[in-house]
Amino acid sequence: MYRILKEAWRLGKLGERHQSDSLQGQNPFLQSAAIRHVDAGSCNGCELEIQALGGPHYALEQAGLHFVASPRHADVLLVTGPVTRHMAAALKDTYAAMPQPRVVVALGDCACGIGPFTSSYATLGAVDRLLPVHLACPGCPPPPTAILAALERAMMELGVTSRSTAKSDLQTKHDTHR
Amino acid sequence: MIKPSWFSETMGSFCLILAQPPIWRGRLAADYWQQLGQRIRQQGGRLLGIWGEHQDTAGANIHAFFLTESGYLWCTLPLPANLREFPSLSSVFPTACRQERAIRDLLGLEPLGNPDMRPWLRHAAWPANIHPLAMSDIPEDILSCAGEIDYSYRAPAGQDLHEIPVGPVHAGTIEPGHFRFTCLGEQIVQLEERLGYCHKGIERLFVGQPPDAALRLAGRVSGDSSVAYAWSYAMAVESVAEIELSQRALALRGLCLERERLANHLGDLGALGNDAGLAFALTQLLAIKEELLRENAEIFGHRYLMDVVQLGGVAVDLDGRALQHIEQSSKAWRRRLETLDLLLQEHAGLRDRLVATGPITAERAAYWGMAGLSGRASGQAWDLRTHFAPPPYDRYPMEISLARRGDVAARWAVRFAEVFRCLRWQENVVANLPGGSPRVALKAFPKDGEGLGICEGWRGEVFVALRLEDGHIARCHPHDPSWSLWPVLEEAVCQDIVADFPLINKSFNLSYSGQDL
Repeated sequence: MYRILKEAWRLGKLGERHQSDSLQGQNPFLQSAAIRHVDAGSCNGCELEIQALGGPHYALEQAGLHFVASPRHADVLLVTGPVTRHMAAALKDTYAAMPQPRVVVALGDCACGIGPFTSSYATLGAVDRLLPVHLACPGCPPPPTAILAALERAMMELGVTSRSTAKSDLQTKHDTHR
Repeated sequence: MIKPSWFSETMGSFCLILAQPPIWRGRLAADYWQQLGQRIRQQGGRLLGIWGEHQDTAGANIHAFFLTESGYLWCTLPLPANLREFPSLSSVFPTACRQERAIRDLLGLEPLGNPDMRPWLRHAAWPANIHPLAMSDIPEDILSCAGEIDYSYRAPAGQDLHEIPVGPVHAGTIEPGHFRFTCLGEQIVQLEERLGYCHKGIERLFVGQPPDAALRLAGRVSGDSSVAYAWSYAMAVESVAEIELSQRALALRGLCLERERLANHLGDLGALGNDAGLAFALTQLLAIKEELLRENAEIFGHRYLMDVVQLGGVAVDLDGRALQHIEQSSKAWRRRLETLDLLLQEHAGLRDRLVATGPITAERAAYWGMAGLSGRASGQAWDLRTHFAPPPYDRYPMEISLARRGDVAARWAVRFAEVFRCLRWQENVVANLPGGSPRVALKAFPKDGEGLGICEGWRGEVFVALRLEDGHIARCHPHDPSWSLWPVLEEAVCQDIVADFPLINKSFNLSYSGQDL
């Protein structure tokens, strides 16, 4: 046990503390977002970068984000891959199981419709052929910093959506993100 | 290289198409197909892959790639246009079964004697009478995404048994696949896999592409093995074009391949520790992996070395500063990993989870024809790098990493051993890198010809077989070693509890995208 603590101490704190000033005082989802990831036929490159987010360099949970197993607990649906026809039904079911407010993020070139598998008999070509996509994060694969930035924009998007669905009175929103 | 006498019987004609590693090429008639398979099996050889090729009016071909005692053998069974069936090899090589089902799905050719009539790669996307690799046009209106077709799973009879279906959407960040467990309480009685959820129609996407443009696609069949696929593909094209690579280019390709192996092993070891409840292992190992990936980005231009392997060599050359950086970081990682290795080996809680979990004995491994990382953990002493030592491994030798028990702890041990060997190998290469150009220009692309490239990817042997016609790809088959390993997983989990499945699955860490194509 002592040796484990010694190694952990030696490793120290890594990576850059993610600056999220843009989120300060702007929406109730500042605190956290639960993410459900679905691989809709990706080559596994994007998954490697998502897994890298779990490492000590990226402080995923410090940013308030965590991955969940059930779509019923999720706020964000993170989709990778060009949406193979064989995954379309499962992806649709996952989205349908998510409660409002929910945001769909298309991660990687394939999900954004600009990957090498878009024009195939076996794929739909992009996530937006099946689901409404709120945010696109292209890259082959996009580095973890880009993924984190996209997830933070997703949190802001959730804040906007939750305000619009929560009350019927109109409120002009001063956060001008898309 | 001497042809063994049984090659020269009136089975067919064979010739050597590549010297290092030795690859033989042959064609033979249907009558001899199973006989050849049996002969190879008796020698202790293996079937690496079997795939089909449509040839318009000329009929079709069934291709098989074996390892024999004299080297690799790429053998083709030509089928005339009116014959839609071929003899199955599944009674000789159990791993042929799913691959022949895939041939049926994609080409409509029937494997006679294959016990499994269910589709493998075709779920609902296209109807049974449509064959995506045998048609020039696929009308959009016959394609669909209709949920599940009727797929009958094997259901063992017995009281008190219950079924747990898992996937294709899994709990963690992992590729999609379906696992159907039959359990008695907590204990797994039977596991049946169903894959194909990642099927992207890659083989059809290759058709008609010029060889240089298709390199990018080859590197994305399986993103975690991008270098292995790109190198195998490039090797196949270069063998058709008959180009010799410089020693420097080969050394740099080897460096990329070993760094890819390193990155995957570190990630797997961390994930295994995490799945067993020791998050400390994940943190420490991912920290080193992230430093490796960042170094890849800085020196090679891509974290996962995608598009670094190019036709004729590599896209990036390394200067003295880069070589020094690699050497220093390699030595630093080795020191940290030596401490971690000792620490984790002695951690009782981790040992308790890993030892005797998911075992495949050496006898069963030999039955399945296992090779690669998982095979070496079950005593199957095969590694392309050490056995045939193709360049650059002839100049920079690599030693084989073996374990005996074939359990999760053994697959852990082989990974750790390979990590240390990769680091030392890397230090040797950067200290002794030959001069020269990192890339040879292709004067002209080959018009016609067929070629095969192979390398020892981190899971096992990755190979790409292709045929060029009129300067474009007529057929390209990228082959993942996972085809031969997925069926073994079904056996490995029996008698363990469901909670151990993530650990056992992760210890193999097979490719879904590579198998599904």
